[in-house]
Amino acid sequence: MLLALDFALILEKLVLILIVVMASLGIAMYTTFAERKVAAILQDRRGPNRAGPFGLLQPLADGLKLFFKEEIIPNLSNKFLFILGPSLAMMTAMMTSAVIPWGDKVHLFGRDIALQIANIDVGILFVFGVVSMGVYGIMIGSWASNNKYSLMGGLRAASQIISYELAMGISLIALIMVTGNLGLKEMVVQQQNGWWNIAKQPLGFLIFLVCSFAECNRTPFDLPEAENELIGGYHTEYSSMKLGFYLFAEYINMFVSSVIMATLFFGGYDCPFVDESAISQGWAAILGVSVLMAKVVAFLFFFMWVRWTIPRFRYDQLMRLGWKILIPLALFNMLVTGAVILYFNK
Amino acid sequence: MGVTQILFWFLSAMAIGSAIMVITAKNPVHSVLFLIVTFFAISGHYILLNAQFLAIVNIIVYAGAIMVLFLFVVMLMNLNANAEPIKNRTMQFAGIIAGGCLFLVLTAAINKAGNVSSPVQLNVGDYGLIKNLGKTLFNDFVLPFEISSVLFLSAMIGAVVMGKKEE
Repeated sequence: MLLALDFALILEKLVLILIVVMASLGIAMYTTFAERKVAAILQDRRGPNRAGPFGLLQPLADGLKLFFKEEIIPNLSNKFLFILGPSLAMMTAMMTSAVIPWGDKVHLFGRDIALQIANIDVGILFVFGVVSMGVYGIMIGSWASNNKYSLMGGLRAASQIISYELAMGISLIALIMVTGNLGLKEMVVQQQNGWWNIAKQPLGFLIFLVCSFAECNRTPFDLPEAENELIGGYHTEYSSMKLGFYLFAEYINMFVSSVIMATLFFGGYDCPFVDESAISQGWAAILGVSVLMAKVVAFLFFFMWVRWTIPRFRYDQLMRLGWKILIPLALFNMLVTGAVILYFNK
Repeated sequence: MGVTQILFWFLSAMAIGSAIMVITAKNPVHSVLFLIVTFFAISGHYILLNAQFLAIVNIIVYAGAIMVLFLFVVMLMNLNANAEPIKNRTMQFAGIIAGGCLFLVLTAAINKAGNVSSPVQLNVGDYGLIKNLGKTLFNDFVLPFEISSVLFLSAMIGAVVMGKKEE
């Protein structure tokens, strides 16, 4: 046989990938709507309420508007890279979800299906690798636009992401020292049987949270798209759905980093005070997925809350926070964690 | 020909093809982007050898960090196809000789390496998995490992000293 493959497994994974991609797109869509509603509530307004009941069709209307807008590719731009930029931004945003455990196993069609696309040995490092790829979408798009403001926005984004990646990585090292493995699934199982990691790594979580705001280019770290200095930032020259891709990728990133934070520090699909092994497998899976989603919604609300509360930093303040406060703090956290582990394992 | 063989040939073609494009592309930004593709192909080879840790670290460190800085410099200096300096004949000749010597050494190394008929080792050998790699690194090779980390530290301090503004 030319290709000896387990077709049932491939089919299972394909269906799972399709569901995860569709779900993250749908959730990202409604995150844009939620953002406008939350902004409205925080500013004592009503927010979008015309399209459909309670304005629920607003994201569809926004998407349609973007599709129908004129598509402009600047004459002096690099056409291939101009199109590659938003595609890369979207792709890297979606890829992270491959290693996230969405729930425990379910038993369907005579197969045990794990609710995780790939449980690889390097789990969290994969996430880190994909996140470090995310900057290319912005850099390539900004350079290909052949516009000074775009380029400045892209360079800001790149230096910001590189700077905050360091502190993020060091805070992750402390977490890995505690858990003793890198697989996300194993981390969740560990938290199911013991304490959530937030109890063991509160400082690490705080650093991780601040860094993920910076990695997602969210306020107060949205310097790459500071409109009063850079017009629109790295996507100044973009229009129609290519602009939509950039804006949408930000919301997918937000969703994925919420899932990652929930998984790493808040027990993932573990429901507190419930013994999952006591209830039937199917119900446990449903419970797990909904608990994870509840945690994610809480994080997404926090992202928005911060955006509409805290003003933007200045660029030098942003760099100082990253290099002179967060990195030493993360190193300190790592040293303390190491010392504590050494003391208890003596 | 199994799936792994097909993947191996695909990745090899990708690595060599994009490596050639790195040196032939006129636009420096394109060169950098092709170099990133090359790194990805090499990471794919590591995965075929079941060295997941090496693969992902290659992506994080080279493709994710170092190449971003390359791209940074190329974009900021606004290099483009016209800005490429014309090299004289002697330089080109020296380049050919140096490249040829490197090619000879690499060919000899592969020739000496013994059995390379099975370049793909999927699901066999778990030496590249994190646990085993960590144990080997911190037991058998702890001294070289620590020395190289001191080397990195001194390079880091050197970079800070050079980057500091004059008083």
